[in-house]
Amino acid sequence: MKKEFRESIGQAVGNATLTGALGKFSEAYKVNRAKAYEGIDFEALRDTIAERKSHAAANLELLADTFAKNAEALGAKVFRTNDPEKVKEYILKVAQDNGVKSVVKSKSMATEEIHLNAFLEKAGIAVGETDLGEWIIQLAGQKPSHMVMPAIHMTKEEVADLFSKEVDERLENDIPRLVKVARRELRAKFLAADMGISGANIAVAETGSLVLVTNEGNARLVTTLPRVHVALVGIEKLVERFDDIVPILTALPRSATAQLLTSYVSIISGPTPTTDGPLKELHIILMDNRRSEMAGDPKFKQALQCIRCGSCLNVCPIFRLVGGHVFGSIYTGGIGTILTAWFEELHNSEDIQGLCIQCGNCKEICPGKLDIPEMIMEIRRRLVMEKGQPLAQKAIFGIVNNRSLFHGMLRAASIAGKPFNSGGFIRHLPLFLSDLTDGRSLPAIAAKPFRDRFPAIQQPADCRETAVFFAGCLIDFAYPEMGEALVKILNKAGIRVLFPEAQTCCGAPARYSGAYEVAAGNAVDNIKALLVEGANYVVSACPTCTVALAHEFGDTLESLGQREWLARAKELAEKTVDFSTLAKRLVDAGRLTLKEGRQLGALTYHDSCHLKRTLRAVEPPRELLRGAGYEIKEMFECDMCCGMGGSYSLKLPELSAPILRRKLHNIKETGAPVVAMDCPGCVMQIKGGFDQDRADVKVKHTVELLAEQLES
Amino acid sequence: MYEQFKARAEGVGAEVYRFKDRDGALGFILPFLHEEGGADAPRSCAVWAESPFLEGLDREPLREVAGIRFEVSRETAADARIGITQAEWALADTGSLVQDQTAVEQRLASSLTDIHIALVPTGNILPDKSALLSRINPKTSRYIAFITGPSRTADIERVLTIGVHGPERLVIVCVDDMGGAAR
Ligand code: SF4
Repeated sequence: MKKEFRESIGQAVGNATLTGALGKFSEAYKVNRAKAYEGIDFEALRDTIAERKSHAAANLELLADTFAKNAEALGAKVFRTNDPEKVKEYILKVAQDNGVKSVVKSKSMATEEIHLNAFLEKAGIAVGETDLGEWIIQLAGQKPSHMVMPAIHMTKEEVADLFSKEVDERLENDIPRLVKVARRELRAKFLAADMGISGANIAVAETGSLVLVTNEGNARLVTTLPRVHVALVGIEKLVERFDDIVPILTALPRSATAQLLTSYVSIISGPTPTTDGPLKELHIILMDNRRSEMAGDPKFKQALQCIRCGSCLNVCPIFRLVGGHVFGSIYTGGIGTILTAWFEELHNSEDIQGLCIQCGNCKEICPGKLDIPEMIMEIRRRLVMEKGQPLAQKAIFGIVNNRSLFHGMLRAASIAGKPFNSGGFIRHLPLFLSDLTDGRSLPAIAAKPFRDRFPAIQQPADCRETAVFFAGCLIDFAYPEMGEALVKILNKAGIRVLFPEAQTCCGAPARYSGAYEVAAGNAVDNIKALLVEGANYVVSACPTCTVALAHEFGDTLESLGQREWLARAKELAEKTVDFSTLAKRLVDAGRLTLKEGRQLGALTYHDSCHLKRTLRAVEPPRELLRGAGYEIKEMFECDMCCGMGGSYSLKLPELSAPILRRKLHNIKETGAPVVAMDCPGCVMQIKGGFDQDRADVKVKHTVELLAEQLES
Repeated sequence: MYEQFKARAEGVGAEVYRFKDRDGALGFILPFLHEEGGADAPRSCAVWAESPFLEGLDREPLREVAGIRFEVSRETAADARIGITQAEWALADTGSLVQDQTAVEQRLASSLTDIHIALVPTGNILPDKSALLSRINPKTSRYIAFITGPSRTADIERVLTIGVHGPERLVIVCVDDMGGAAR
């Protein structure tokens, strides 16, 4: 990670205005968005959008041709190119042919992407941004920090200063007054401009139409007042049919700003009449800039389903801490990381991809149904392929890939390490091994790992089913008592637990670092170990491990072309279940009874990212805990990441720490003396946090709380 | 349908009125122009773009309103406080107006003025975008405009502010019997 990048993170986190504004906005956004979607079947809507947009992405060539033909038939001039340089030359030529001296622009990310303003200005043409936020950014000489709200990082005081300089008059910090000033100033520019440049939110092949969505009304003026209109459109904006605009117009404003519809939607088809007599001159540039290549990439073609609503930024726990500038490029946040890797160069995303904590919030909310975390992981994988693994990481993963060495070192760590003390930050296994090389403090390693305790556990003889227990490094070596609780519970339900000793790390740390070879090695070792003849389930009490077993082994192997293990990976996936889901099923089937009529008091529940968003287990742990006698008091943002994110807390403590602080605050606000969760990683993070915070809140895994409440 | 439309449109800051016929609508518009137009130079009171509503109407009483113009140009529109146009459709689910604005006069009168008065036949309120789509044709209507409430921004500190580049007031006048040529 480059030093300047680290510094920019530090500055952003330290900028109270920025994090305050973003934090407040993201809280309000959640509520407002839900209201805007009332009565709408979001899943069905996003399915439709994903289907139409992916259909378009798969037929870009044809759609671009059809669009060009239809738009030209109406009198537009259509220019298509892959090359950003050619775009700029073309626009300059149109400007020169028409004697253009000044241009007004209405928000177009594509023009930012190719740095058009600077190019035109160098040629002596004045370019004025007209979107209020963009204009503010232009006056400040900055880059936009959010796709929908480009100036969200600035205060009204800063804006007042900028405007005062511009109009040469001391202005007050009154927002409506400032907006009036902008209206007056920009009105003159609109009326004087010779050329208007816009983007487009949608381009319809069937009719050759451009659809523009704005709130301020600037796009209407940009496309109406000047003699010449140039629209720069990325080809991912193409859809096939006119009625494809309906689902997009339904989702875009709701997701972007929680509006039912933006103030203005303009559908422009061909040149329109002007006041000066002849029809307007309309140029439409369809820009590729690697988009077709992206459409041909099996992992990234889904990125073309994006409708640029920006909601992935609004729900990102990292974005709301650091804002868009840290992401450093034209497109920011998770989707921005992906677009940067493509539209600029893969290595430009090297630092920013590391910001993703893989919590999955964005995937949940995306109306285009993009799996952003998965694509970011793929960027990591490709970066590793291109540049190789950093040396320290390589050493660690060398160890992780050798089970006996790895486990030997974990044991050694428990002997060498001092007991966990409150000053230190806790860390996810197995990356804490890097601490050995760093000389940092060690986390708590149990004196006796679960694998050594297991043989001593007395299990009943008359069990009717068997389950293979996958402990995962964390339960095995740090929290063996969670494993013991799980055995106790399953035994109660008549399930005998098996613990194959050859099981090893689930491979998630390696995979999330892009070291797929290592992850594949882990996958094969575990497939061999866990597929025990006759076992009914493979159960884990760690959602990250469960996801690895149930979703990722096959994908990892497949991506490396190791097909010989795929069938068995699938078999393993089908048997795998997370603890709470299994326990809930057993309770429902009457095989497991919790003590009746208990009043255990209040408890709050933290949803772990993988459990909620990949495994979709939201209700089972809650119902179990309620059944045991707890009253659940929901915390604010119960499903927001705790900042653990595997090795994230180690690599980016400056981001992990404030995320954790917020989580601790939300837990304390409920007043509940206990917080439950289903992930040992979250337990580690949150327990460590409270240890420092010195608040008297018990942090427990659901498995432990339930084990205490079994009917004997 | 009207009730839903009115509620949604008011929800985004539009003002919605309903009248039986053209006379009723005029009975609202004329005093409105007198009151809001404030024909004090240099600004003119209003531009009124040609529309079915105006067809066959005796415009003489209208001309009594100082500073009203039926010739809409960049200059007259930029100069006027009020712009009057007629929208073909309205959507109940979002409170939007939908207008064929191929004629530049329609765009100028509805985008450059401070107050936009939009006339719409009450009977043309449709449930939603899907119902609209079969009724509009982009090949013949080159500039289709959806207008939902007044112009707005929240670009400074996320504070919602009405009236940036477009009108700061949107006054919707629904007329049950529009008269003029049917559309
Ligand atoms: S990736 Fe999804 S959420 Fe993000 S901007 Fe695109 S459509 Fe919106």
